[in-house]
Amino acid sequence: MKYIIAIIQPDRLDETLDRLEEKQIHLVTVTEVMGRGRQKGISEVYRSHKEAGSLLRKVKIEVAVNEEFVKHAVEAITAGARTGNIGDGKIFVVDLAQCVRIRTGETQNVAIG
Amino acid sequence: MKDAWRGFKGLFTALFVLAGTALVPAIAFAEEAAAPTIDTGDTAWIIVSSALVLLMTPALAFFYGGLVRKKNFLSVLMQCFMAACIITIQWILIGYTLSFGTDVKGLIGGLNFLALAGVGAEPNADYAATIPHTLFMLFQCMFAVITPALILGAFAERMKFAAYCVFIVLWATLVYDPICHWVWAVGGFIRTMGALDFAGGTVVHINAGIAALVCSLVLGKRTGFPKKMSPPHNLPYAVLGAGLLWFGWIGFNGGSALGANGLAVNAFLVTHVAAAAAGLTWALLDWKINAHPTMLGMITGVVAGLVAITPAAGFVTPIDAIWIGIGVSLICYFFVAVVKVKMGYDDSLDVFGVHGVGGIWGAIATGLWANKTVNSAGADGLFYGNPGLLFIQLKAVLITVVYSAVVTFILLKVVDLICGLRVTEQEERIGLDLTQHREAAYTTLD
Repeated sequence: MKYIIAIIQPDRLDETLDRLEEKQIHLVTVTEVMGRGRQKGISEVYRSHKEAGSLLRKVKIEVAVNEEFVKHAVEAITAGARTGNIGDGKIFVVDLAQCVRIRTGETQNVAIG
Repeated sequence: MKDAWRGFKGLFTALFVLAGTALVPAIAFAEEAAAPTIDTGDTAWIIVSSALVLLMTPALAFFYGGLVRKKNFLSVLMQCFMAACIITIQWILIGYTLSFGTDVKGLIGGLNFLALAGVGAEPNADYAATIPHTLFMLFQCMFAVITPALILGAFAERMKFAAYCVFIVLWATLVYDPICHWVWAVGGFIRTMGALDFAGGTVVHINAGIAALVCSLVLGKRTGFPKKMSPPHNLPYAVLGAGLLWFGWIGFNGGSALGANGLAVNAFLVTHVAAAAAGLTWALLDWKINAHPTMLGMITGVVAGLVAITPAAGFVTPIDAIWIGIGVSLICYFFVAVVKVKMGYDDSLDVFGVHGVGGIWGAIATGLWANKTVNSAGADGLFYGNPGLLFIQLKAVLITVVYSAVVTFILLKVVDLICGLRVTEQEERIGLDLTQHREAAYTTLD
C-alpha cells in the first residue's frame, strides 16, 4: 500500500480529479494549503504598493492505494495537473503501514478500496 | 350590499370623530410650541442625519477591521465601539460645553452647558434656530465620536487597549473640543478669521490625520513592518465598511446644513459627485501604474473624495466637486504609494495619507472653488475672484496642524508614563484579540 500526496495548482484540481476518476480511483482527500516552491510568490498590490507574496495558494490531494494502482494514480495526477509551467507542483509517494475502515474494522488491502 | 355600505359609513364616521378628538389637543400643542419656531422638516432631517453619522463609526470599524490581520480584527471593532461609548459620555458631560459653551476669548467654550445644563428642546439660535438644541448637541456628538476613532488606523495592531481608552478621552477633551470651538463656535477665533469648514474637514479630518501621523511616529512600526506584513485579512469587509461610510457621509455633510433645504441637497450632491470622481481617479491610477485596478484602491479613493469634499460641501458646485475629487486622489495616491514608502513610517491604515492629506487638500480646495451663488453665507474662493479666502484657509490648516501635532505628542507621552502605549512584542505576535480581549474573531472548527 502506498500513500500519495500531491501538491498542485488550485486551478488544475477539477481536471486532476477527472483523470483519477477515469482510472477508477475515487477515494481522495483534498485540502487548500499555502506553500512555496522554486518560483517564489506572485507579488500582490495592496493600496497601490506592490508586496511580494511569500506563500502561494495550492491544493493538496491525498490518495491511499494498493500497489497495482500506484502507477495509475501518479499518471493521472501528472496528466491532470501538468501545464508545463513553473509551479505545477510535486507528487510524493510514501509507504503505508496500516489502513483500517472505521465502520467495519476491515484492515489492509480490503479497507483501502 | 347595503348593509356593508352602512357598515363602512359607520366606520368612517367613527374614524372622523376619533381623528377630530385627536386633532384638538394636537393643534393646541402646536400653538403653544409656536414661539421657539421649531421646523419639523429641519428637525426630521437632522434626526436622520444624526443616525447616519452614528452609523459611520461601526462602518469605520469594518473598513479598518477588514484591512488588519485576522488576529487583530476584534481589537479594531472594539476600539471603534469604545469610542462610541466613551466619547458619548465625555461629550454630554464636558465635551459639548467646551466646544459650544459661551465663548471665552475665542479659545474655548465656557461651562454653561456642563452636563447639558440648559440644553433642552428650545432651539439654540446661535447654531440652529429651527431644531431642538438637544438635537444639535446630538448631531455634534456623532462627529466627536468618530474623530478619535479615525486615528486608530495609525496605531492599529500594536496599542494597549487601556492606553487607547485613556488617550481618546484626553484627546477628545484637549484636542477635539478646543479645535471644534475655534472653527465652529460663535466667537471661536478661526471662525472669526473667516475660515470655511462646512462639515469638519479641519475639525475632523485634518485634526485626526495629523494626530494619526504623530501616533504612528511615537508608537513606532509594527514588528516585521514593512517586509513581513500580511495582506488585508478580509477585503470584502473593508468594502462593506467603505460603502456604509459613503452612505453615512450623506448625513455628515448633508446634515451640516442643519436644515432640510437646498443647501442640504447641494451638500448631498457634491459629496456624492466628489466621492465618485475620486474613486474613479484612484482606479485609473492603479490601472495605469500597477497594471490592474484594485478594489482596495477604489474604496481608498472614494473615502479620500468624501474627506476632501467635507469642508467644501456647502460652498461649491457639483462641477467643481469633480475637480476636488480628482485632485484628492492624485495627491493622496502620491502620499500613500510614494511618500509613506520612502519615509518608512507605519501609518498602518493610511489615516494620515487619506484623512490628513485629503483634509488639507479639501481646506485648500474650499479656498479655490467656494462660490457665493451656492451659499450666500459663505465666501468666494480664488477661482471666483477672491484670493484672500485661500490665505485664510491655509492659516486655519496651519494652526490646526501645529496644535493637533503638539498636543497629541504630549498626550501620548503622558499616557505612556501612566500605563505604557504598546503591547509587548509577544502580545503583538499573538494578536490583540486574544491578548487584550480574550476573544477570537474566527474559529477554526465550527
